Amino acid sequence: MTDTTPSDVAIRQEPRFARLRQLLRDPLGCFGLVLVLLIILSAIGADIIAPHDYKALDVKSRLASPSWDHLLGTDNLGRDTFSRILHGGQIALYVALVSVGSSLLLGLVLGMLAGYGPSWLDNVLMWFFDSVRAFPVIMFALAVITVVGPSLETIIFVVIATTTPGYARIARASTLATKNTEFILAERALGAGVPRIMFSHLVPNIVQPLLILASMDIPVVITIEAGLSFLGLGVKPPTPSWGSILNDGYGFIRNTPWLVVAGGIPLIITTLGFTFLGEALRDVLDPKLKKDR
Amino acid sequence: MNDRDNTVLAVRDLSVDFLTGRGTVRALRHVDLTVPDNRVVGIVGESGCGKSTLINCVLRLLAANAVVADSSSVVFKGRDVLAMSPADLRGIRGKEISMVFQDPMTALNPVISIGTQMTDILYRLDMSMADKRRLATDMLGQVGIPDPARRLADYPHQFSGGMRQRICIAMALMMNPGLLIADEPTTALDVTLEAQIIHLMKDLCARFGCSMLFVSHNLGLIAELCDEVVVMYAGEVVEQGEVHDLFHRAQHPYTRMLLDCDPARIEEKRRDLPTISGSVPDLIDLPRGCIFAPRCPQRYAPCSDTAPATYDVNAVHQARCFKVRDA
Amino acid sequence: MPELLNVEGLRVRFRTAGLVKSLVKSLTDPHIDAVMQVSFTLNEGETYGLVGESGSGKTTLGRAIIGLVEMAEGSITFDGTELRGLDDARLRVIRRNVAMMFQDPVASLSPRKTVRNLITEPFRIHRIPGSESSRDARRLLNLVGLHEGFLGAYPHQLSGGQARRVGVARALALEPRLIIADEPTAGLDVSVQGEILNLMNRLQRELGLSYLIITHNLPVVRHVSDRLAIMYLGRFVETGDTDGIFASPAHPYTLGLLAAVPEPDPDKRREKLELEGEIPSLMNRPQGCEFHTRCPFVREKCLSEAPVLRTVAPGRMASCHFPFPNPAEAGTSGPGG
Repeated sequence: MTDTTPSDVAIRQEPRFARLRQLLRDPLGCFGLVLVLLIILSAIGADIIAPHDYKALDVKSRLASPSWDHLLGTDNLGRDTFSRILHGGQIALYVALVSVGSSLLLGLVLGMLAGYGPSWLDNVLMWFFDSVRAFPVIMFALAVITVVGPSLETIIFVVIATTTPGYARIARASTLATKNTEFILAERALGAGVPRIMFSHLVPNIVQPLLILASMDIPVVITIEAGLSFLGLGVKPPTPSWGSILNDGYGFIRNTPWLVVAGGIPLIITTLGFTFLGEALRDVLDPKLKKDR
Repeated sequence: MNDRDNTVLAVRDLSVDFLTGRGTVRALRHVDLTVPDNRVVGIVGESGCGKSTLINCVLRLLAANAVVADSSSVVFKGRDVLAMSPADLRGIRGKEISMVFQDPMTALNPVISIGTQMTDILYRLDMSMADKRRLATDMLGQVGIPDPARRLADYPHQFSGGMRQRICIAMALMMNPGLLIADEPTTALDVTLEAQIIHLMKDLCARFGCSMLFVSHNLGLIAELCDEVVVMYAGEVVEQGEVHDLFHRAQHPYTRMLLDCDPARIEEKRRDLPTISGSVPDLIDLPRGCIFAPRCPQRYAPCSDTAPATYDVNAVHQARCFKVRDA
Repeated sequence: MPELLNVEGLRVRFRTAGLVKSLVKSLTDPHIDAVMQVSFTLNEGETYGLVGESGSGKTTLGRAIIGLVEMAEGSITFDGTELRGLDDARLRVIRRNVAMMFQDPVASLSPRKTVRNLITEPFRIHRIPGSESSRDARRLLNLVGLHEGFLGAYPHQLSGGQARRVGVARALALEPRLIIADEPTAGLDVSVQGEILNLMNRLQRELGLSYLIITHNLPVVRHVSDRLAIMYLGRFVETGDTDGIFASPAHPYTLGLLAAVPEPDPDKRREKLELEGEIPSLMNRPQGCEFHTRCPFVREKCLSEAPVLRTVAPGRMASCHFPFPNPAEAGTSGPGG
């Protein structure tokens, strides 16, 4: 009859790291995670792992085939391809992480502002995003590079400008769905201000789909960087990039196939790794999207 | 408890387990239930008592991780639902057993007109479209939708919540089913509409000669509508019987306490309301004896060790409690 | 008892269509009145019940008092201070004295916060200095009868009753004087309902709280409230002390509501229903008495002339041209309870 019935029923516990375990149970997700870790570790440790200086010329052994000294052979200037691939990975990941990270943050904030703010702001932001999205990515990139010249920063700018609207749209849709829920109302009734509601209560509830999208976007950005470098519009030599290695290999394909193979394999590994990881993440974080298997 | 001649549905010794990552959830244990012809049977119980699992089992709509014990049987008009082929099942669902759900908003397809939805479920009938629409119009009229012929072209969002639930009832009864299962059909509705819908369901079931299995946590609705009542607690039927007998001479301590808790049954105004202390046991790790013993104020020697069987209070009233045996 | 909250002639309007849409559809007034001409007083230590069906404006009224929706007309006075026209900073200070409990016990808790975070958040929002949050969290949990093991739990790990207790703890954090409880027993089992209501009752006695309880659950409100207001289409149709209203309702709508509650006794089945039809749309309010479309006792005067809320008996107000004077005439079936 008292109201202080101790509700000492066990709290429904979840095992620790339940999500991670679930991810590791999915063989493709596990495989993706291994590939991604491989790429990241090799890029971070490039200076230690690389057997040669990636700039050192060795004119005597130009376009050599793989050997114990040169694991993936050498290029037309006699530089060690394996070392260049490792350092190219640094560039690729740098571009991908910086630009995808920035667009995620920017898109999250702008999307939340559009969704939570007044409707005129929503209209202005949406109009702006839609106009940006109307540009074809490559055309936009070529136009920008023509104006400001090729560089790493230009590529990053182009990627941020073209991918942010996608994140913003998702963030806006989730914000609209979340902002009228009872717990947001309850926070407002407690007197919480807009910044607290947005960053403390909205963000944790809308960020998951963005993270999934980001992990799927990383290989896309890496191929954009490689593509632009292939066209000679990306990073400037002698800085190695998977795209410029591919381009070199393309020029000397009659002399040796090894350059093309060496430039292509890391691209394939990265794309597969991040895509598998992204799909597994989606299944774990957002079970609603999961197909019946 | 009744002969099968006048029985629509007979559930015998039904036990259902769910295999989960935490262990085996013993959701239903040895449930017996009979729905006689032209009767309304109410299932009452609090959340987690297994009433949804029970009705899902009758329609065989259980989740993939459910395991039904071999000794169980669910016999509908002489045929065992649990042993049926998928094709036979489809012949029963919606035609012989139909259902009215809790939320009339989500039970109807929002982008298809009411008329089309109603004639679609008649696909099994060899009947002209004009006849089907006539039947649909007639059904809408019977459930109290004004101007039914014109409203066939309308979409669900053009109806109010109460009207939508009326449409769901019309659709459920259109195939003239032998059994209507209503799963808390009025929780989404206001009190005045709730009363209307309850009376409508009662009238229509009598008119169509259809039995009803009515699931609710609202004791008032059960008392108002049902002929027989089944009280469930933590996956077991703890008491069942004829409605007057059960409400006036409840034997199981859980039933009594549940009745005592209902503020509508407390005549004197009081600030301090009765409660049932403790909480529902974990269905993975069940107590050894009576399922209600840990919360029961009247438990005595046998309760904590042995699980009671079902004992007759009288010809129309049984309870799963040692007190009944020893009385 | 001193007066704590006074609401006078409150009106809340919502815009139903944008400028362009209302021009195209040539709507003269693209607004609906969710709450109209509502006046009442809540005294210190009192429990006041707002009863109505969906669309009656009871939730909107509660939200207007705590400032979640803006009022169009009228005044709200809390402890002698008029809230209308106050600047935000001063409003926040006053609003610390008013807390709200929302309908859905679990959904009204931010899903990715622990119980510890949830119940100490009011201190952070209002930057209460010197509050040692983990000690406060324990004290609040104790107050609502939950043990400390719940501090680290997330809302989805709680049962309805536990989540409701956390909601009460959160409401109590800033030591408010008034708690607005929107359907405090919604979604709870009968056996748990009592626990929550008893908890609220104990806290009222110990802390001297006042409650405004918004509900459609008549059996519950009968036991917990001192006075009642029955709402229909955004207006009060009857107000008075709870026992009196349950014993002899003056307004036909109140009678209909009471009669609609099924009695948990199979011997008292009803043959006939009092109220037919459904609540009209707020966009399309009936002429005359707004209840005449459903009133079983409608007369000619009701179709053309709108009744005003007036005193029909000591302490009792009703807006009906022909109120029931005493229980004997309050229909043959009599009110429930």
